[in-house]
Amino acid sequence: MRRGPVQRALAVVGHRVLILSFTAFAIFPFYWMLITSFKQNSDLYVGASKTAHNPFIFNQPPTLEHLRILFGSTLFPSWLFNTLWVGALVVAITLVLAVPAAYSLARLTGRWGEHLSIGIFLTYLVPSTLLFIPFSRLVAMLGLQNQLWALVLIYPTFTVPFCTWLLMGFFKTLPKEVEESAMVDGCSRLGAIVRVVLPLAVPGLLTIVIFALTLTIQEFVYSLTFISSVERMTVSVGVPVALVRGDVYYWGSLMAACLITSVPLAVLYNFFLDRFLAGFTVGAIK
Amino acid sequence: MTTAEVAIAPPAAKAMDSLSPRDRRLGKLMLAPALIYIILLVALPFLLALFLSLTNSSAGSLDFSFVGFQNFKSVAASAVFLRALRNTFIFTFVSQLLVIFLGNILARALLKKFRGKFLVRFLILMPWAAPISLATLGWLWIFDSTFSVINWMLKATGWLGPGQWYYWLGDPTLGMVSIITVHVWRLLPFSTVILLAGLSSIPAEVHEAADIDGAGPLAKAFQITLPMMMPILTVAVLFGVVFTFTDMNVVYLLTRGGPYNSTHVLASLAYQEGVLGGDVGRGAAVAIFLVPLLVVMAVMMLRVSRRAEVT
Repeated sequence: MRRGPVQRALAVVGHRVLILSFTAFAIFPFYWMLITSFKQNSDLYVGASKTAHNPFIFNQPPTLEHLRILFGSTLFPSWLFNTLWVGALVVAITLVLAVPAAYSLARLTGRWGEHLSIGIFLTYLVPSTLLFIPFSRLVAMLGLQNQLWALVLIYPTFTVPFCTWLLMGFFKTLPKEVEESAMVDGCSRLGAIVRVVLPLAVPGLLTIVIFALTLTIQEFVYSLTFISSVERMTVSVGVPVALVRGDVYYWGSLMAACLITSVPLAVLYNFFLDRFLAGFTVGAIK
Repeated sequence: MTTAEVAIAPPAAKAMDSLSPRDRRLGKLMLAPALIYIILLVALPFLLALFLSLTNSSAGSLDFSFVGFQNFKSVAASAVFLRALRNTFIFTFVSQLLVIFLGNILARALLKKFRGKFLVRFLILMPWAAPISLATLGWLWIFDSTFSVINWMLKATGWLGPGQWYYWLGDPTLGMVSIITVHVWRLLPFSTVILLAGLSSIPAEVHEAADIDGAGPLAKAFQITLPMMMPILTVAVLFGVVFTFTDMNVVYLLTRGGPYNSTHVLASLAYQEGVLGGDVGRGAAVAIFLVPLLVVMAVMMLRVSRRAEVT
Protein backbone atom coordinates (compact mmCIF):
# COMPACT_ATOMS: atom_id res chain seq x y z
CA MET A 1 0.00 0.00 0.00
CA ARG A 2 1.30 3.42 -0.92
CA ARG A 3 0.62 6.32 1.37
CA GLY A 4 1.54 9.95 1.05
CA PRO A 5 3.84 11.71 3.51
CA VAL A 6 0.92 13.51 5.16
CA GLN A 7 -0.90 10.27 5.89
CA ARG A 8 2.25 8.71 7.23
CA ALA A 9 2.90 11.67 9.50
CA LEU A 10 -0.69 11.49 10.73
CA ALA A 11 -0.30 7.78 11.45
CA VAL A 12 2.85 8.45 13.47
CA VAL A 13 1.18 11.20 15.47
CA GLY A 14 -1.89 9.03 16.08
CA HIS A 15 0.34 6.22 17.27
CA ARG A 16 2.21 8.53 19.66
CA VAL A 17 -1.01 9.96 21.07
CA LEU A 18 -2.40 6.47 21.61
CA ILE A 19 0.73 5.24 23.39
CA LEU A 20 0.90 8.39 25.49
CA SER A 21 -2.71 8.21 26.64
CA PHE A 22 -2.44 4.55 27.63
CA THR A 23 0.79 5.24 29.47
CA ALA A 24 -0.79 8.19 31.27
CA PHE A 25 -3.71 6.01 32.39
CA ALA A 26 -1.34 3.30 33.62
CA ILE A 27 1.01 5.52 35.62
CA PHE A 28 -1.31 8.24 36.83
CA PRO A 29 -1.97 6.61 40.23
CA PHE A 30 1.79 6.20 40.71
CA TYR A 31 2.43 9.80 39.78
CA TRP A 32 -0.26 10.71 42.26
CA MET A 33 1.43 8.61 44.96
CA LEU A 34 4.74 10.29 44.19
CA ILE A 35 3.52 13.86 44.39
CA THR A 36 1.41 13.13 47.48
CA SER A 37 4.40 11.61 49.27
CA PHE A 38 6.37 14.85 49.08
CA LYS A 39 3.67 17.50 49.49
CA GLN A 40 3.22 19.47 52.68
CA ASN A 41 -0.08 18.83 54.41
CA SER A 42 -1.28 22.38 53.80
CA ASP A 43 -0.64 21.82 50.09
CA LEU A 44 -2.28 18.39 50.18
CA TYR A 45 -5.51 18.94 52.03
CA VAL A 46 -7.09 21.65 49.91
CA GLY A 47 -10.63 20.73 48.89
CA ALA A 48 -11.02 19.83 45.22
CA SER A 49 -13.66 22.54 44.79
CA LYS A 50 -10.94 25.22 44.96
CA THR A 51 -10.12 25.26 41.27
CA ALA A 52 -7.46 27.95 41.70
CA HIS A 53 -5.25 25.49 43.60
CA ASN A 54 -3.63 23.19 41.04
CA PRO A 55 -3.15 19.78 42.73
CA PHE A 56 -0.84 18.44 39.99
CA ILE A 57 2.13 20.55 41.04
CA PHE A 58 3.94 21.54 44.22
CA ASN A 59 2.35 24.80 45.35
CA GLN A 60 4.64 24.80 48.35
CA PRO A 61 8.18 23.41 48.60
CA PRO A 62 8.32 19.59 48.81
CA THR A 63 8.91 17.97 52.19
CA LEU A 64 10.44 14.73 53.50
CA GLU A 65 8.20 14.82 56.56
CA HIS A 66 5.91 11.96 55.39
CA LEU A 67 8.87 9.68 54.74
CA ARG A 68 10.32 10.54 58.15
CA ILE A 69 7.00 9.62 59.79
CA LEU A 70 6.70 6.43 57.74
CA PHE A 71 10.13 5.10 58.68
CA GLY A 72 10.45 6.75 62.08
CA SER A 73 7.12 6.41 63.84
CA THR A 74 5.08 3.74 62.07
CA LEU A 75 5.52 -0.02 61.92
CA PHE A 76 6.26 0.11 58.18
CA PRO A 77 9.86 -1.12 58.62
CA SER A 78 8.62 -4.12 60.66
CA TRP A 79 6.01 -4.90 58.02
CA LEU A 80 8.70 -4.85 55.36
CA PHE A 81 10.79 -7.16 57.47
CA ASN A 82 7.85 -9.53 58.14
CA THR A 83 7.04 -9.64 54.45
CA LEU A 84 10.60 -10.47 53.43
CA TRP A 85 10.89 -13.07 56.18
CA VAL A 86 7.72 -14.83 55.06
CA GLY A 87 8.83 -14.37 51.45
CA ALA A 88 12.20 -16.04 52.05
CA LEU A 89 10.63 -19.06 53.73
CA VAL A 90 7.93 -19.37 51.08
CA VAL A 91 10.55 -19.20 48.33
CA ALA A 92 12.57 -21.94 50.07
CA ILE A 93 9.53 -24.21 50.44
CA THR A 94 8.51 -23.53 46.87
CA LEU A 95 11.94 -24.50 45.55
CA VAL A 96 12.05 -27.69 47.63
CA LEU A 97 8.63 -28.81 46.40
CA ALA A 98 8.52 -27.46 42.86
CA VAL A 99 12.01 -28.25 41.51
CA PRO A 100 11.88 -32.05 41.90
CA ALA A 101 8.23 -32.16 40.87
CA ALA A 102 8.89 -30.11 37.75
CA TYR A 103 11.85 -32.24 36.72
CA SER A 104 9.87 -35.39 37.30
CA LEU A 105 6.96 -34.13 35.20
CA ALA A 106 9.28 -33.02 32.42
CA ARG A 107 11.38 -36.18 32.19
CA LEU A 108 10.42 -39.08 34.42
CA THR A 109 6.69 -39.53 34.00
CA GLY A 110 4.91 -40.72 30.90
CA ARG A 111 1.54 -39.71 29.55
CA TRP A 112 -0.09 -39.50 32.98
CA GLY A 113 2.52 -36.96 33.96
CA GLU A 114 1.32 -34.65 31.24
CA HIS A 115 -2.26 -34.86 32.46
CA LEU A 116 -1.13 -34.43 36.04
CA SER A 117 0.89 -31.31 35.17
CA ILE A 118 -2.20 -29.67 33.70
CA GLY A 119 -4.11 -30.70 36.82
CA ILE A 120 -1.47 -29.04 39.00
CA PHE A 121 -1.62 -25.94 36.86
CA LEU A 122 -5.40 -25.77 37.25
CA THR A 123 -5.09 -25.69 41.05
CA TYR A 124 -3.57 -22.25 40.52
CA LEU A 125 -7.07 -21.18 39.51
CA VAL A 126 -8.53 -22.08 42.94
CA PRO A 127 -8.78 -18.60 44.46
CA SER A 128 -7.81 -17.48 47.96
CA THR A 129 -11.32 -16.10 48.37
CA LEU A 130 -12.65 -19.66 48.25
CA LEU A 131 -10.02 -21.20 50.54
CA PHE A 132 -9.67 -18.60 53.29
CA ILE A 133 -12.69 -19.97 55.18
CA PRO A 134 -11.51 -23.58 55.41
CA PHE A 135 -7.97 -22.33 56.06
CA SER A 136 -9.16 -20.27 59.00
CA ARG A 137 -10.46 -23.55 60.48
CA LEU A 138 -7.17 -25.28 59.75
CA VAL A 139 -5.13 -22.43 61.20
CA ALA A 140 -7.26 -22.45 64.35
CA MET A 141 -6.86 -26.21 64.76
CA LEU A 142 -3.08 -25.94 64.39
CA GLY A 143 -2.96 -23.05 66.87
CA LEU A 144 -1.34 -20.77 64.30
CA GLN A 145 -3.79 -17.86 64.59
CA ASN A 146 -2.14 -14.49 64.35
CA GLN A 147 1.26 -15.99 63.50
CA LEU A 148 3.33 -15.50 60.41
CA TRP A 149 3.82 -19.28 60.33
CA ALA A 150 0.24 -19.58 59.15
CA LEU A 151 1.21 -17.59 56.05
CA VAL A 152 4.38 -19.63 55.57
CA LEU A 153 2.25 -22.78 55.61
CA ILE A 154 -0.44 -21.49 53.27
CA TYR A 155 1.31 -19.26 50.73
CA PRO A 156 2.94 -22.18 48.89
CA THR A 157 -0.60 -23.21 47.86
CA PHE A 158 -0.46 -20.55 45.17
CA THR A 159 3.29 -20.51 44.49
CA VAL A 160 3.91 -24.27 44.11
CA PRO A 161 1.38 -25.04 41.32
CA PHE A 162 2.39 -22.17 39.08
CA CYS A 163 6.12 -22.50 39.72
CA THR A 164 6.04 -26.24 39.07
CA TRP A 165 4.30 -25.58 35.77
CA LEU A 166 6.70 -22.80 34.82
CA LEU A 167 9.79 -24.81 35.68
CA MET A 168 8.49 -27.94 33.95
CA GLY A 169 8.27 -25.94 30.72
CA PHE A 170 11.81 -24.76 31.32
CA PHE A 171 13.21 -28.27 31.91
CA LYS A 172 11.51 -29.45 28.72
CA THR A 173 13.48 -26.92 26.69
CA LEU A 174 16.82 -28.34 27.90
CA PRO A 175 18.14 -31.03 25.54
CA LYS A 176 17.92 -34.53 26.99
CA GLU A 177 21.49 -35.26 25.90
CA VAL A 178 22.68 -33.06 28.74
CA GLU A 179 21.91 -35.55 31.48
CA GLU A 180 22.19 -38.59 29.21
CA SER A 181 25.85 -37.88 28.48
CA ALA A 182 26.51 -37.28 32.17
CA MET A 183 24.86 -40.62 32.95
CA VAL A 184 26.98 -42.36 30.31
CA ASP A 185 30.00 -40.93 32.13
CA GLY A 186 28.89 -42.78 35.26
CA CYS A 187 26.62 -40.32 37.03
CA SER A 188 23.40 -41.57 38.56
CA ARG A 189 20.18 -39.84 37.42
CA LEU A 190 20.11 -37.86 40.67
CA GLY A 191 23.79 -36.97 40.32
CA ALA A 192 23.21 -35.80 36.77
CA ILE A 193 20.33 -33.60 37.91
CA VAL A 194 22.34 -31.95 40.67
CA ARG A 195 25.61 -31.58 38.74
CA VAL A 196 24.44 -30.90 35.21
CA VAL A 197 20.77 -30.00 34.98
CA LEU A 198 20.38 -27.58 37.88
CA PRO A 199 23.35 -25.38 36.90
CA LEU A 200 21.80 -25.08 33.43
CA ALA A 201 18.42 -24.33 34.99
CA VAL A 202 19.59 -21.30 36.98
CA PRO A 203 17.60 -18.81 34.85
CA GLY A 204 14.48 -20.92 35.37
CA LEU A 205 15.13 -21.21 39.11
CA LEU A 206 15.67 -17.48 39.38
CA THR A 207 12.36 -16.92 37.61
CA ILE A 208 10.40 -18.97 40.12
CA VAL A 209 12.24 -17.35 43.04
CA ILE A 210 11.15 -13.92 41.78
CA PHE A 211 7.67 -15.12 40.99
CA ALA A 212 7.12 -16.71 44.40
CA LEU A 213 8.53 -13.64 46.12
CA THR A 214 6.35 -11.17 44.22
CA LEU A 215 3.23 -13.27 44.79
CA THR A 216 4.02 -13.33 48.51
CA ILE A 217 4.46 -9.56 48.67
CA GLN A 218 1.23 -8.99 46.75
CA GLU A 219 -0.94 -11.39 48.76
CA PHE A 220 -3.71 -9.72 50.74
CA VAL A 221 -6.65 -12.00 51.59
CA TYR A 222 -4.91 -14.63 53.73
CA SER A 223 -2.78 -12.07 55.51
CA LEU A 224 -5.85 -9.98 56.28
CA THR A 225 -7.71 -13.02 57.59
CA PHE A 226 -5.05 -14.64 59.75
CA ILE A 227 -2.91 -11.82 61.14
CA SER A 228 -4.59 -9.53 63.65
CA SER A 229 -1.66 -8.02 65.60
CA VAL A 230 -0.47 -4.84 63.98
CA GLU A 231 3.21 -5.58 64.57
CA ARG A 232 2.97 -8.95 62.79
CA MET A 233 1.32 -7.71 59.62
CA THR A 234 2.78 -7.88 56.15
CA VAL A 235 3.15 -4.76 54.01
CA SER A 236 0.15 -5.42 51.78
CA VAL A 237 -2.16 -5.53 54.82
CA GLY A 238 -0.39 -3.30 57.31
CA VAL A 239 -0.40 -0.27 55.03
CA PRO A 240 -4.11 -0.24 54.12
CA VAL A 241 -5.36 -1.53 57.49
CA ALA A 242 -3.08 -0.15 60.17
CA LEU A 243 -1.69 3.09 58.74
CA VAL A 244 -5.27 4.33 58.80
CA ARG A 245 -6.23 5.57 62.24
CA GLY A 246 -9.98 5.55 62.54
CA ASP A 247 -11.16 7.88 59.83
CA VAL A 248 -7.92 9.82 59.65
CA TYR A 249 -5.72 8.90 56.73
CA TYR A 250 -2.07 9.89 56.66
CA TRP A 251 -2.15 10.16 52.92
CA GLY A 252 1.42 11.42 52.54
CA SER A 253 2.94 8.50 54.43
CA LEU A 254 0.43 6.04 52.98
CA MET A 255 1.23 6.94 49.39
CA ALA A 256 4.95 6.84 50.13
CA ALA A 257 4.54 3.32 51.51
CA CYS A 258 2.59 2.23 48.41
CA LEU A 259 5.17 3.68 46.05
CA ILE A 260 8.20 2.33 47.91
CA THR A 261 6.76 -1.19 47.82
CA SER A 262 5.43 -1.09 44.25
CA VAL A 263 8.37 0.26 42.27
CA PRO A 264 10.95 -2.46 43.06
CA LEU A 265 8.33 -5.10 42.26
CA ALA A 266 7.59 -3.47 38.92
CA VAL A 267 11.31 -3.48 38.07
CA LEU A 268 11.64 -7.17 38.97
CA TYR A 269 8.53 -8.04 36.98
CA ASN A 270 9.87 -6.38 33.89
CA PHE A 271 13.06 -8.38 33.90
CA PHE A 272 11.24 -11.68 34.12
CA LEU A 273 8.11 -10.83 32.17
CA ASP A 274 8.78 -13.04 29.16
CA ARG A 275 9.33 -16.10 31.31
CA PHE A 276 6.18 -15.47 33.37
CA LEU A 277 4.23 -15.13 30.14
CA ALA A 278 5.48 -18.47 28.90
CA GLY A 279 3.78 -19.96 31.95
CA PHE A 280 0.51 -18.08 31.57
CA THR A 281 0.02 -18.85 27.90
CA VAL A 282 -0.30 -22.62 28.57
CA GLY A 283 1.41 -23.47 25.30
CA ALA A 284 -1.09 -21.43 23.26
CA ILE A 285 1.87 -19.66 21.66
CA LYS A 286 4.37 -21.75 19.78
CA MET B 1 12.30 -22.23 14.08
CA THR B 2 9.51 -24.56 12.99
CA THR B 3 11.86 -27.40 12.10
CA ALA B 4 13.42 -27.23 15.55
CA GLU B 5 10.02 -27.54 17.19
CA VAL B 6 9.07 -30.49 15.05
CA ALA B 7 12.39 -32.10 15.93
CA ILE B 8 11.81 -31.64 19.66
CA ALA B 9 8.26 -32.91 19.84
CA PRO B 10 8.34 -36.55 18.65
CA PRO B 11 11.40 -37.84 20.59
CA ALA B 12 9.92 -36.46 23.80
CA ALA B 13 6.89 -38.68 23.34
CA LYS B 14 8.99 -41.68 22.35
CA ALA B 15 11.46 -41.36 25.21
CA MET B 16 8.63 -41.68 27.73
CA ASP B 17 8.25 -45.33 26.75
CA SER B 18 11.92 -46.03 27.22
CA LEU B 19 12.06 -44.95 30.87
CA SER B 20 13.66 -47.53 33.11
CA PRO B 21 11.70 -48.76 36.16
CA ARG B 22 14.31 -47.06 38.35
CA ASP B 23 13.67 -43.75 36.62
CA ARG B 24 9.95 -44.22 36.98
CA ARG B 25 10.34 -44.86 40.72
CA LEU B 26 12.57 -41.82 41.12
CA GLY B 27 10.01 -39.79 39.16
CA LYS B 28 7.23 -40.72 41.56
CA LEU B 29 9.45 -40.01 44.55
CA MET B 30 10.37 -36.55 43.29
CA LEU B 31 6.78 -35.71 42.51
CA ALA B 32 5.37 -36.96 45.81
CA PRO B 33 6.17 -34.01 48.15
CA ALA B 34 4.58 -31.38 45.91
CA LEU B 35 1.62 -33.62 45.16
CA ILE B 36 1.01 -34.43 48.82
CA TYR B 37 1.24 -30.75 49.74
CA ILE B 38 -1.27 -29.79 47.04
CA ILE B 39 -3.67 -32.54 48.07
CA LEU B 40 -3.43 -31.62 51.76
CA LEU B 41 -3.59 -27.85 51.35
CA VAL B 42 -5.62 -27.25 48.23
CA ALA B 43 -7.79 -30.29 47.51
CA LEU B 44 -8.78 -31.08 51.11
CA PRO B 45 -9.48 -27.44 52.10
CA PHE B 46 -11.61 -27.18 48.99
CA LEU B 47 -13.64 -30.16 50.18
CA LEU B 48 -13.69 -28.68 53.69
CA ALA B 49 -15.24 -25.51 52.21
CA LEU B 50 -18.01 -27.62 50.68
CA PHE B 51 -18.44 -29.44 53.99
CA LEU B 52 -18.54 -26.24 56.08
CA SER B 53 -21.20 -24.76 53.84
CA LEU B 54 -23.49 -27.58 54.98
CA THR B 55 -22.96 -26.87 58.69
CA ASN B 56 -23.75 -24.11 61.15
CA SER B 57 -20.06 -23.63 62.09
CA SER B 58 -19.15 -20.33 63.66
CA ALA B 59 -15.81 -18.64 64.14
CA GLY B 60 -15.90 -18.86 67.94
CA SER B 61 -15.95 -22.64 68.40
CA LEU B 62 -15.09 -25.84 66.61
CA ASP B 63 -18.52 -27.38 67.39
CA PHE B 64 -21.03 -27.63 64.60
CA SER B 65 -23.99 -29.60 63.40
CA PHE B 66 -25.29 -30.36 59.94
CA VAL B 67 -27.95 -28.09 58.59
CA GLY B 68 -28.15 -29.47 55.05
CA PHE B 69 -28.74 -26.83 52.42
CA GLN B 70 -30.05 -24.34 54.98
CA ASN B 71 -27.15 -21.91 54.40
CA PHE B 72 -27.64 -21.95 50.66
CA LYS B 73 -31.37 -21.39 51.03
CA SER B 74 -31.06 -18.47 53.40
CA VAL B 75 -28.19 -16.97 51.39
CA ALA B 76 -30.05 -17.24 48.10
CA ALA B 77 -33.08 -15.56 49.67
CA SER B 78 -31.14 -12.51 50.84
CA ALA B 79 -31.25 -9.37 48.72
CA VAL B 80 -27.65 -8.49 49.58
CA PHE B 81 -26.45 -11.80 48.18
CA LEU B 82 -28.43 -11.45 44.97
CA ARG B 83 -27.03 -7.97 44.51
CA ALA B 84 -23.50 -9.29 45.14
CA LEU B 85 -24.03 -12.11 42.64
CA ARG B 86 -25.23 -9.64 40.03
CA ASN B 87 -22.35 -7.24 40.78
CA THR B 88 -19.79 -10.02 40.45
CA PHE B 89 -21.00 -10.80 36.95
CA ILE B 90 -21.34 -7.14 35.95
CA PHE B 91 -17.85 -6.25 37.20
CA THR B 92 -16.31 -9.27 35.49
CA PHE B 93 -18.16 -8.89 32.21
CA VAL B 94 -17.82 -5.13 31.78
CA SER B 95 -14.20 -4.94 32.88
CA GLN B 96 -13.15 -7.88 30.70
CA LEU B 97 -14.95 -6.44 27.71
CA LEU B 98 -13.08 -3.17 28.16
CA VAL B 99 -9.79 -4.92 28.89
CA ILE B 100 -9.93 -7.04 25.74
CA PHE B 101 -11.02 -4.11 23.58
CA LEU B 102 -8.38 -1.72 24.92
CA GLY B 103 -5.78 -4.49 25.21
CA ASN B 104 -6.08 -5.26 21.50
CA ILE B 105 -5.59 -1.61 20.58
CA LEU B 106 -2.64 -1.21 22.91
CA ALA B 107 -1.00 -4.48 21.87
CA ARG B 108 -1.19 -3.47 18.21
CA ALA B 109 0.32 -0.09 19.02
CA LEU B 110 3.13 -1.75 20.96
CA LEU B 111 3.84 -4.13 18.08
CA LYS B 112 5.36 -1.26 16.09
CA LYS B 113 8.96 -0.29 16.70
CA PHE B 114 9.42 3.11 18.32
CA ARG B 115 11.88 4.96 20.51
CA GLY B 116 11.44 4.44 24.24
CA LYS B 117 9.46 1.22 23.78
CA PHE B 118 11.22 -0.44 26.70
CA LEU B 119 10.33 2.42 29.03
CA VAL B 120 6.72 2.45 27.83
CA ARG B 121 6.42 -1.29 28.43
CA PHE B 122 7.81 -0.85 31.94
CA LEU B 123 5.38 1.96 32.77
CA ILE B 124 2.37 0.22 31.28
CA LEU B 125 3.16 -2.93 33.23
CA MET B 126 3.32 -1.16 36.61
CA PRO B 127 -0.38 -1.53 37.54
CA TRP B 128 -0.09 -5.29 37.19
CA ALA B 129 3.16 -5.60 39.13
CA ALA B 130 2.19 -3.42 42.09
CA PRO B 131 0.58 -5.20 45.05
CA ILE B 132 -3.12 -4.89 44.39
CA SER B 133 -3.99 -3.72 47.89
CA LEU B 134 -1.51 -0.85 47.70
CA ALA B 135 -2.47 0.11 44.16
CA THR B 136 -6.12 0.18 45.22
CA LEU B 137 -5.14 2.44 48.08
CA GLY B 138 -3.73 4.87 45.52
CA TRP B 139 -7.13 4.86 43.82
CA LEU B 140 -8.87 5.34 47.17
CA TRP B 141 -7.01 8.62 47.46
CA ILE B 142 -7.85 9.57 43.86
CA PHE B 143 -11.54 8.88 44.58
CA ASP B 144 -11.47 10.68 47.95
CA SER B 145 -14.75 12.36 48.83
CA THR B 146 -13.19 15.77 49.55
CA PHE B 147 -9.84 15.82 47.75
CA SER B 148 -10.58 13.77 44.62
CA VAL B 149 -8.34 14.99 41.81
CA ILE B 150 -10.95 13.80 39.31
CA ASN B 151 -13.46 16.19 40.81
CA TRP B 152 -10.88 18.96 40.67
CA MET B 153 -10.43 18.35 36.95
CA LEU B 154 -14.19 18.23 36.39
CA LYS B 155 -14.60 21.47 38.33
CA ALA B 156 -11.71 23.16 36.54
CA THR B 157 -13.08 22.21 33.13
CA GLY B 158 -16.57 23.31 34.12
CA TRP B 159 -18.17 19.86 33.88
CA LEU B 160 -19.26 20.12 37.49
CA GLY B 161 -21.04 23.39 38.17
CA PRO B 162 -21.15 25.18 41.53
CA GLY B 163 -22.71 22.98 44.18
CA GLN B 164 -22.37 19.86 42.06
CA TRP B 165 -20.18 17.05 43.34
CA TYR B 166 -19.40 13.39 42.65
CA TYR B 167 -19.07 11.07 45.65
CA TRP B 168 -17.21 8.33 43.78
CA LEU B 169 -17.39 5.76 46.53
CA GLY B 170 -20.51 6.97 48.29
CA ASP B 171 -22.99 6.30 45.52
CA PRO B 172 -23.97 2.83 44.20
CA THR B 173 -23.56 3.66 40.51
CA LEU B 174 -20.39 5.72 40.83
CA GLY B 175 -19.05 3.09 43.24
CA MET B 176 -19.49 0.43 40.57
CA VAL B 177 -17.86 2.68 37.97
CA SER B 178 -14.90 3.18 40.31
CA ILE B 179 -14.50 -0.53 40.98
CA ILE B 180 -14.64 -1.37 37.27
CA THR B 181 -12.09 1.36 36.53
CA VAL B 182 -9.61 -0.14 38.98
CA HIS B 183 -10.13 -3.65 37.58
CA VAL B 184 -9.58 -2.42 34.02
CA TRP B 185 -6.53 -0.45 35.07
CA ARG B 186 -5.01 -3.44 36.83
CA LEU B 187 -5.74 -6.15 34.22
CA LEU B 188 -5.10 -4.15 31.06
CA PRO B 189 -1.30 -4.62 31.25
CA PHE B 190 -1.68 -8.36 31.79
CA SER B 191 -3.97 -8.88 28.80
CA THR B 192 -1.93 -6.52 26.65
CA VAL B 193 1.34 -8.36 27.13
CA ILE B 194 -0.34 -11.72 26.51
CA LEU B 195 -2.00 -10.43 23.33
CA LEU B 196 1.27 -8.82 22.29
CA ALA B 197 3.06 -12.14 22.65
CA GLY B 198 0.36 -13.70 20.47
CA LEU B 199 0.54 -11.01 17.82
CA SER B 200 4.30 -11.16 17.56
CA SER B 201 4.18 -14.94 17.17
CA ILE B 202 2.27 -14.65 13.88
CA PRO B 203 5.01 -15.07 11.26
CA ALA B 204 5.48 -12.17 8.86
CA GLU B 205 5.32 -14.59 5.91
CA VAL B 206 1.65 -15.20 6.60
CA HIS B 207 0.86 -11.53 6.12
CA GLU B 208 3.12 -11.31 3.07
CA ALA B 209 1.41 -14.30 1.49
CA ALA B 210 -1.97 -12.70 2.14
CA ASP B 211 -0.75 -9.46 0.57
CA ILE B 212 0.30 -11.34 -2.55
CA ASP B 213 -3.13 -12.98 -2.70
CA GLY B 214 -4.60 -9.49 -2.58
CA ALA B 215 -6.23 -9.62 0.86
CA GLY B 216 -7.29 -6.22 2.25
CA PRO B 217 -6.67 -5.11 5.83
CA LEU B 218 -10.17 -6.16 6.91
CA ALA B 219 -9.87 -9.60 5.35
CA LYS B 220 -6.46 -10.01 6.96
CA ALA B 221 -7.81 -9.04 10.37
CA PHE B 222 -10.74 -11.46 10.23
CA GLN B 223 -9.27 -14.34 8.27
CA ILE B 224 -5.71 -14.40 9.55
CA THR B 225 -5.10 -12.45 12.74
CA LEU B 226 -8.32 -13.35 14.53
CA PRO B 227 -8.20 -17.13 13.94
CA MET B 228 -4.48 -17.26 14.76
CA MET B 229 -5.03 -15.15 17.86
CA MET B 230 -8.01 -17.17 19.10
CA PRO B 231 -6.16 -19.51 21.50
CA ILE B 232 -4.15 -16.69 23.05
CA LEU B 233 -7.19 -14.42 23.24
CA THR B 234 -8.99 -17.21 25.08
CA VAL B 235 -6.13 -17.52 27.56
CA ALA B 236 -6.12 -13.77 28.22
CA VAL B 237 -9.89 -13.76 28.75
CA LEU B 238 -9.86 -16.84 30.97
CA PHE B 239 -7.23 -15.47 33.33
CA GLY B 240 -8.82 -12.04 33.31
CA VAL B 241 -12.21 -13.51 34.19
CA VAL B 242 -10.82 -15.65 36.99
CA PHE B 243 -8.81 -12.77 38.47
CA THR B 244 -11.76 -10.36 38.40
CA PHE B 245 -14.45 -12.83 39.37
CA THR B 246 -12.68 -14.02 42.50
CA ASP B 247 -11.13 -10.73 43.59
CA MET B 248 -12.10 -9.11 46.86
CA ASN B 249 -9.22 -6.61 47.26
CA VAL B 250 -10.70 -3.87 45.13
CA VAL B 251 -14.18 -3.91 46.62
CA TYR B 252 -12.97 -4.45 50.17
CA LEU B 253 -10.57 -1.51 50.10
CA LEU B 254 -12.58 0.92 47.98
CA THR B 255 -16.14 0.65 49.24
CA ARG B 256 -16.22 -2.24 51.76
CA GLY B 257 -19.31 -3.29 49.83
CA GLY B 258 -21.08 -0.05 50.65
CA PRO B 259 -23.02 2.13 50.46
CA TYR B 260 -25.75 -0.11 51.97
CA ASN B 261 -24.13 -3.33 50.68
CA SER B 262 -24.79 -2.19 47.12
CA THR B 263 -21.32 -2.88 45.70
CA HIS B 264 -20.47 -6.22 47.32
CA VAL B 265 -19.17 -9.08 45.22
CA LEU B 266 -19.31 -12.75 46.20
CA ALA B 267 -15.76 -12.76 47.55
CA SER B 268 -16.14 -9.66 49.72
CA LEU B 269 -19.54 -10.82 50.97
CA ALA B 270 -18.07 -14.22 51.89
CA TYR B 271 -15.42 -12.36 53.89
CA GLN B 272 -17.99 -10.16 55.59
CA GLU B 273 -20.23 -13.11 56.52
CA GLY B 274 -17.60 -15.73 57.27
CA VAL B 275 -14.82 -13.75 58.94
CA LEU B 276 -16.20 -10.41 60.15
CA GLY B 277 -19.65 -11.82 60.92
CA GLY B 278 -18.24 -15.08 62.27
CA ASP B 279 -20.84 -17.22 60.47
CA VAL B 280 -18.43 -19.68 58.86
CA GLY B 281 -21.10 -21.90 57.32
CA ARG B 282 -22.86 -19.00 55.65
CA GLY B 283 -19.58 -17.47 54.44
CA ALA B 284 -18.54 -20.80 52.96
CA ALA B 285 -21.90 -21.09 51.21
CA VAL B 286 -21.43 -17.67 49.59
CA ALA B 287 -17.91 -18.56 48.45
CA ILE B 288 -19.11 -21.86 46.95
CA PHE B 289 -21.06 -19.84 44.41
CA LEU B 290 -17.68 -19.00 42.84
CA VAL B 291 -17.13 -22.64 41.95
CA PRO B 292 -19.40 -23.24 38.93
CA LEU B 293 -17.83 -20.46 36.88
CA LEU B 294 -14.34 -21.56 37.91
CA VAL B 295 -15.12 -25.08 36.71
CA VAL B 296 -16.25 -23.73 33.34
CA MET B 297 -13.04 -21.68 33.11
CA ALA B 298 -10.91 -24.71 34.01
CA VAL B 299 -12.58 -26.82 31.32
CA MET B 300 -11.99 -24.12 28.72
CA MET B 301 -8.38 -23.83 29.81
CA LEU B 302 -8.00 -27.61 29.35
CA ARG B 303 -9.36 -27.35 25.82
CA VAL B 304 -6.88 -24.62 24.94
CA SER B 305 -3.96 -26.60 26.32
CA ARG B 306 -5.09 -29.77 24.53
CA ARG B 307 -5.36 -27.92 21.23
CA ALA B 308 -1.90 -26.48 21.82
CA GLU B 309 -0.62 -30.03 22.36
CA VAL B 310 -2.08 -31.33 19.11
CA THR B 311 -0.75 -28.62 16.83
